Amino acid sequence: MTKSLYTLDFSEISHADFARVGGKCASLGEMTQAGVAVPPGFAVTTDAYQAMLDHHGLRDEIERHMSAVDPFDLDSVDRAAQAIRIRIRSHHLPAAVEEAIRQSYAEMGDSMPVAVRSSATAEDLPDASFAGQQDTYLWIRGADQVVEKVRDCWASLYTTRAVAYREKNRISHADVLMSVGVQKMVNARAAGVAMTLDPVNGDRTKIVIDASWGLGEMVVSGVVTPDNFTVEKVLEEITARKISDKHVELVGVPESGEALEREVEEARRTIQCLSDAEVVAVARLAKRLEKQNKCPQDVEWAIDADLPDGENLLALQSRPETIWSQKKKDAPKTTYATGVMGIVGTLNAALPVKR
Amino acid sequence: MDAKTPLFPSAFDVKSPAGAEDWRSLYPYYTQFQPSRRAEDDQKFWFCNSQHWPNPLRPFDVIFLDFAIKCLGQYNSRHLMVPPANGIDYRILNGFVYFSPVAVAPENIEARIPQFLDRAGHYFMNWNDLLANWKVKVKGMIDAMNAISFAPLPDVVPVEWVKDGVGLDNTNALFEAYEKLIELSYKTWQYHFEFLNLGYAAYLDFFGFVKSQFPTIPDQAIAKMVQGVDSELFRPDDEIKKLSRLAVELGVDGALMSGTADQALAAVAALPNGDKWLAAWKAAQDPWFNFTSGNGFYSTDKYWIDHLDIPMGYLRDYIPRVKAGERIERPTEKLLAERDRITAEYREMMDEEAQAVFDGKLGLSRTVFPYVEDHNFYIEHWALGVFWRKMRELSRMLSQAGFWPDDDGMFYLNRNEVRDVLWDYAAAWAIGTPNVGSAIWPAEVERRRKLLDALASEAPVPALNNPPEVITEPFTIMLWGITSEAIDRWTGSSDESGGLKGMAAAPGTVEGIARVLRSPDQLAELQKGEILVTPVTAPSWAPVFGKIAAAVTDIGGMMSHAAIVCREYGLPAVTGTGNASSKIKTGQRVRVDGNTGTVTILD
Repeated sequence: MTKSLYTLDFSEISHADFARVGGKCASLGEMTQAGVAVPPGFAVTTDAYQAMLDHHGLRDEIERHMSAVDPFDLDSVDRAAQAIRIRIRSHHLPAAVEEAIRQSYAEMGDSMPVAVRSSATAEDLPDASFAGQQDTYLWIRGADQVVEKVRDCWASLYTTRAVAYREKNRISHADVLMSVGVQKMVNARAAGVAMTLDPVNGDRTKIVIDASWGLGEMVVSGVVTPDNFTVEKVLEEITARKISDKHVELVGVPESGEALEREVEEARRTIQCLSDAEVVAVARLAKRLEKQNKCPQDVEWAIDADLPDGENLLALQSRPETIWSQKKKDAPKTTYATGVMGIVGTLNAALPVKR
Repeated sequence: MDAKTPLFPSAFDVKSPAGAEDWRSLYPYYTQFQPSRRAEDDQKFWFCNSQHWPNPLRPFDVIFLDFAIKCLGQYNSRHLMVPPANGIDYRILNGFVYFSPVAVAPENIEARIPQFLDRAGHYFMNWNDLLANWKVKVKGMIDAMNAISFAPLPDVVPVEWVKDGVGLDNTNALFEAYEKLIELSYKTWQYHFEFLNLGYAAYLDFFGFVKSQFPTIPDQAIAKMVQGVDSELFRPDDEIKKLSRLAVELGVDGALMSGTADQALAAVAALPNGDKWLAAWKAAQDPWFNFTSGNGFYSTDKYWIDHLDIPMGYLRDYIPRVKAGERIERPTEKLLAERDRITAEYREMMDEEAQAVFDGKLGLSRTVFPYVEDHNFYIEHWALGVFWRKMRELSRMLSQAGFWPDDDGMFYLNRNEVRDVLWDYAAAWAIGTPNVGSAIWPAEVERRRKLLDALASEAPVPALNNPPEVITEPFTIMLWGITSEAIDRWTGSSDESGGLKGMAAAPGTVEGIARVLRSPDQLAELQKGEILVTPVTAPSWAPVFGKIAAAVTDIGGMMSHAAIVCREYGLPAVTGTGNASSKIKTGQRVRVDGNTGTVTILD
């Protein structure tokens, strides 16, 4: 009972739970239930976070710290934020919450390495990708560590930047809730992003894929120039490719429990990091997610080195594409010639001879 | 003349191959670049149509060049009044055929539009009824040609004719048969184009619309939305596949595997189930073995029905595959499902208004397109097959009368010279002297044969004079793949990394060993899994497409045969490379990328 209140397996997240698990976990839940291969895991719900606040009287404490803050004095914001983070970290989780997390984690397997990341609810920072980078913990192992990182994620609601943002926008701190996703760590041989349209010109017949060695963070953050593939969406054929020099990769080191940024050895740097078949598989995955979500998508994916061929492509996240989808709506209406008159028009016009 | 140097040579500056200096004597005056018309002809852009005429023409074979081009033109310029396009002008240079599309003067286009709407509109509205009638008309031509025969003149006029007071002899029937056969083939060529130009026009309209929606969509994807799966063009191959399966079922396959076709058929006849299989083999021949290994335009074309060793060879390719449990039949349901998937997925990406237009244009294209594929069987394979068989009969008969030593000697004469020969034959028969031609033609045929061999020794220049800024003539683009890009390729502006550029005609990428074939007689050399590299392919090569990994041609557009068949068989194809068959050598490893239209030599 408490388990389903405080934690929800990705496969159990229903539409009604979206507010309780935040955007990232909701999307993972949706994909899992649609049969898309997603690394398994669970969401620690906002109820768990609220139980934490209530159990230790943290709401009042936050209120007290914040009342003394001058929102235009960054030092005072920083001091309050730091104090709140320390307060959150200094408390044990309520027994029922901790038990639910431990149980859900145990169900994933023995000492399964996981990624722990915040899953923001709607009121959070709009610049979610920035926030997301702050509170992602990779390669976490063991229930004690998981519990601690869940608490760290909660505490990350009170980074100086987040607090300042809410102060400036008059968002009540106590109203902002957080869910945390605990997801099996992908041992990414290669990873990246796929857009179901060409970001350069909005061409919806193309899927454009960026891919590099190791975890996808290097691609998202722009640290490496990834391999770039264009796939014709309907024919599912690669129509263009640009192979780049991928000099660094982010890989998990299970022993130390952390993700390590390292140089890619010379021989691997300039070779294509995905086979052609894998490129097409990534494109198909993106296409499927676009179909499911009924609008162009921006998909994060990874190829897991530990899984067998054919089962090793995993979706990590899928978000709606916003820029071109908006432009399309604003485009003026066109009129078309039909019937034999259309044929006359075609015959009279210079044909597009471009291949 | 332009101040700048033309990209391609003038016809008047092109040298003849050694030993072929006299080639002009082979062809009529109106097919030649005449010095008196030099100013006009040098202003026009001409491209070599080596897709339809890959080899130098024997004099008789000019007949179908004349008929095809005249009949193509008449529908544009006189029947339908296609607003911007008249016919296609043609010339022969060094035995090869050059085309130049003739545009309508811009100020005259407008006036043709109402007529086109009325005339073409009527065809589009009544397409299926008119097409049903077309099949009846063409079948009538075929039956009439089949009824023609050429018998030697008898020693004496039949006695009944004398007693009935007929007052005429057997030469009339001979002259009439010759004229009749030519007339029937001429009508057949008119029918050939009755629907074809419209079929392409409707397809182009759909093509242009989809391109406007999705500027980067591959041409092949548009073709796939329209292409049929049950074209009669695939029937001959389907019949061979059925016969292969039946042979295995009836246990007669072993007997079929060795010897000549006649020997194999005799061996089958001796088996218990043999008659059953032979009945099926016989039944398939009419009409499906009226299938040429060329394209029907040459007297050298070999039709299956006259050369049973050809279908027998294909049968022998299929039988082991049937026995190995392979599914050799075309997966038509899968192809249809794929066509529907592709169509639906692109349609989904359009807005509602565009979807309605798309549906209309797609509907029309799908109505008209089967003709574009099917006509080829009715005309080039079936009707022209009968024509050539009858003309060969005549050539043989005249050979026996002493005019030339070989059975096919007549085809070194043009069709008017044959009229003279018939007169010579008839007159000598009546006068009671040896004919004159027997002393003239053997040497002349030999001279012409040598000229043609010399002409065949050199590849034709791909084009003449300056291309226009953009190529817009629709049929030129669709059929021959002559685009501005193709011209860039010919002028050699794109060949640095061992890569050859062509049209991305059928999707997929594959690596393999190249097999370069210059003529259908070499088809047996193809090994399973090889990449076929050839100047041009013909529909009757279909059985080899079950064997190869990809196809590369020198010439041809999206709707060329190689492109259609490769899409059908799911093989990558790059067409219109210009010179792949001379750049690539048999045995080289090549990569064919049918998505980008690139062929890379890997060794």
